[in-house]
Amino acid sequence: MPTSQSDEIRTDFQSIILNLQRHWAKQGAVVLQPYDMEVGAGTFHPATTLRALGPDDIWRAAYVQPSRRPSDGRYGENPNRMQHFYQFQVIFKPSPAESQALYLDSLKAIGLDPDKHDIRFVEDDWESPTLGAWGLGWEVWCDGMEISQFTYFQQVGGIECNPVPLELTYGLERLAMYIQGVENVYDLDWDGVPAAEGGKTYGDIFKRAEVEFSGWNFEHADTDMLLGHFRDAEIECGRLLGLETPLALPAYDQCMKASHLFNMLDARGVISVTERAAYIGRVRNLAKGCCEAWMGITETTTNG
Amino acid sequence: MADLVIEFVSEEIPARMQAGAGRDLARLIESALTTLGVWHDDSVATGLCAPRHLLAYVTNIAASQPDRIIEKRGPRVDAPAAAIAGFLKSAGVSREELVEEDTPKGRFLFARSEITGGDTAALLAPIIIDILTHFPWPKSQRWGRGKFRWVRPLHRINILFDGRPLAGALDLGGGDAITFGATSCGHYFEAPDDIDLTGITSLDDVKARMRAGYVMLDQDERHDAIISAAKKLAASQSCHLNEAQLGSYLADIAGLVEWPTPLMGQIEDRFMVLPPELLQATIATHQKYITLSDVDGKFSSHFIVLSNRLGDAERDKVIIAGNQRVLRARLADAEFFWQQDQARQLESYLPALGDVTFYEGLGSIHDKAIRMEALAGAIAPHMPSANPKAASRAARFAKADLVTGMVAEFPELQGIMGGYYAAASGEDKAVCDAITAHYRPQGPADDLPATPEAMVVALADKIDTLVGFFGIDAKPTGSKDPFALRRAALGVIRIIVDGQLTIPLGKILQASASGYGFAKVDADLLPFIRDRLRGYLRDQKMRHDVVAAALADDDGDDIYLMATRASALAGFLAAADGTGLMAGWRRVSSILAAEEKKAKTAFAATSDPALFTETEKALFDPLSTMAVNQDNIESQLAALGALRSPIDLFFEKIVVNDDDPAIRLNRLGLLAMIREKMLAVADFTKIEG
Repeated sequence: MPTSQSDEIRTDFQSIILNLQRHWAKQGAVVLQPYDMEVGAGTFHPATTLRALGPDDIWRAAYVQPSRRPSDGRYGENPNRMQHFYQFQVIFKPSPAESQALYLDSLKAIGLDPDKHDIRFVEDDWESPTLGAWGLGWEVWCDGMEISQFTYFQQVGGIECNPVPLELTYGLERLAMYIQGVENVYDLDWDGVPAAEGGKTYGDIFKRAEVEFSGWNFEHADTDMLLGHFRDAEIECGRLLGLETPLALPAYDQCMKASHLFNMLDARGVISVTERAAYIGRVRNLAKGCCEAWMGITETTTNG
Repeated sequence: MADLVIEFVSEEIPARMQAGAGRDLARLIESALTTLGVWHDDSVATGLCAPRHLLAYVTNIAASQPDRIIEKRGPRVDAPAAAIAGFLKSAGVSREELVEEDTPKGRFLFARSEITGGDTAALLAPIIIDILTHFPWPKSQRWGRGKFRWVRPLHRINILFDGRPLAGALDLGGGDAITFGATSCGHYFEAPDDIDLTGITSLDDVKARMRAGYVMLDQDERHDAIISAAKKLAASQSCHLNEAQLGSYLADIAGLVEWPTPLMGQIEDRFMVLPPELLQATIATHQKYITLSDVDGKFSSHFIVLSNRLGDAERDKVIIAGNQRVLRARLADAEFFWQQDQARQLESYLPALGDVTFYEGLGSIHDKAIRMEALAGAIAPHMPSANPKAASRAARFAKADLVTGMVAEFPELQGIMGGYYAAASGEDKAVCDAITAHYRPQGPADDLPATPEAMVVALADKIDTLVGFFGIDAKPTGSKDPFALRRAALGVIRIIVDGQLTIPLGKILQASASGYGFAKVDADLLPFIRDRLRGYLRDQKMRHDVVAAALADDDGDDIYLMATRASALAGFLAAADGTGLMAGWRRVSSILAAEEKKAKTAFAATSDPALFTETEKALFDPLSTMAVNQDNIESQLAALGALRSPIDLFFEKIVVNDDDPAIRLNRLGLLAMIREKMLAVADFTKIEG
């Protein structure tokens, strides 16, 4: 490769991830791997949900999280919506004084120079009813397009965050589409290798999955089985939280499971409007219990 | 006298909160300075807010507090020595310093001390900390390790008094603090350097220094800058701004820019076949771009986006392309729903309405549609030139669009999309127009439905809602009106009054109640509607006493008649005959009141013509022949107006208290006749002044 190009920032999908990881590693973040369960958003990863509360006084982490939202599937036919997509998630606790500048630097690191665009911070308060969490912040616009969520967490699992963490969420597909100038997510260049040499697009890798999972999510998933799994996860979560020494992390796994199963049931259209709120409340109770147990464990370890 | 500058620099304040924040800061500082005693008659506090700057500029504050005398009353002069000694101790003065003074309760000792007013500069820091700590943000947050709450993280506090920085610090908790300074900063990207605020001499000076850093502090100035620059840009394409719509979101646009630069974007041709309301919703409501109309008044394919950067040809191209791209995706979504929704007949959406709850206890939206259909049938005969069949059909289909993809995505287009989809399903224009407009009016300033069928359906919808929620006792209380029932009632009133409709509202309400299966209409509903009518008339700048006089509490259900009576009475009282008559009325009622009090009885409204002089006869004749016809207020008032001169003449020539008791009583009876006839027309006792 000629040296004149060595400074150029690569914009294929995987390079964007690599560059974000490198940028945040330089800022002192623990670079983690995705959590190995189905979740609706990067926030569910215990590295965010639980670590936002404790025990560490300082916690910095960055990771990619595949996110599944069964209702958003479009059988691979919509250029912007998928039931499976990637978020890049950053959590910095306590939120640094220069949070906005750190974020803008990260855009530079992936080839989006803020000085060549119109970047705005537009009010968007974040709330996750299933996690009992909320925060204030913005959606970040680049030339009118939302490219990130920027949130100062205030509460998780109904518990006040202290110190306050900063959470950044990059919608990787949308960001990459903008950087690459691509109109259809399936046309995204994944690896920067020319097609003739076996290079892959996003569609080469995921289109079939989108078609098949849309079919499963909307038509074929066995709703009785899903309902059974939901109940099982709920019961197991409650049991683990009720142990003399509650097992917060395994319980939280069950909570994440229940949350995803609820999303599946929702996509299958078997949850009525009135039931919906009740299901969300049930998941929130699990999340709350897990967060409390997690904080309880912290106490025993610090005391012991 | 000195000026005070307070500036808070934070991360981006939500657009919707900026105007309120500026006002609140000005109000709070004024009240704090007033309490300190340093606010002057010619002091002015101005609050300004830009995305990252909240500033108050206060002029002409006293440099120090006025001196004050504090007086403490002690015991009586002749009190025991121990009591006096105790007072001396508590007041910290010697016996010689006390003064003696007489009071209604005797001669007392007083301790007087003169307090020298403090330097204003020394008193400011605590009040600013207090304002920061209690600032009424609609929502606030903590950050970092701090406990302090602000709308978003706060970075700088700049305080200048008389142009000089003021020392102080805000403790954020958790070991962090912000030291007061005098250094602001410019536009985040264009001029991030510090801006020195020392030596500030005026509000204009502050604005100019910030403007040099590409920050327009004043929200009004940003509004004006946006409008004038956008107009100019629009004119370059022979277009004009859709200003009526822009009003509702201009503050949102202006709250997102420190330095607005309008750029012209283009909507792709393929999207221009979409309905203009849909284009407006997508482009303006969701993307906050300024929409335009061309010379023919047609929705233009140009739009204006406000960039928060200085103009730069190359960057502007990127910004425009980016925004067009976002818009394209949005419009493609809208186009998808537009095509998909129309692939079905509107009627085919009706069953799905059964799954949408109208309200717990009031059935589904489908139930509502069925009730509205029946109710439209009951209302239509009272609506001149309405086609009852079309009105009923429109009522049945009015809610169908609620379960279409488009309305799920753009709820603000309910009704409007239904109208388009009805047309695509081959419905008559009367049906389509009625569906389109049946949510109107959505507020006191919203247009009324224009066609007779639309008026029928709009009435049916609102009456169904009112009867339903009153029926399950979900009535508005105080400031709480979660189901917008006041708005619904006002809508009913406006449609009836504007359409000059004579509608048996009581019967219609009863029909609606039967549709729900209620035995009868809630007893509070009609009085509630009458009360809204009074409010409506007052909003029409009608005097509240005139409204009260025209509308008695049990005035029935003919809304149009009541409104007509009120406006006729208002017109009458404003004209010469009316004012003259009222002067007579006041004399009549005060004489009667006084004499009836003495006599301890009310005088009968009868008078014997045999005892009359010519003057009295001239009054008696029109009085005795006046017909009581409540329905024609105009002729009633005209008849009352004709009484004015005979009454005036009566008081000019006649002495009521004649020496002959029979004549006196006869004259009081004549006055009682005046009272009876006037009260039959309106309750003139309510008229003030």
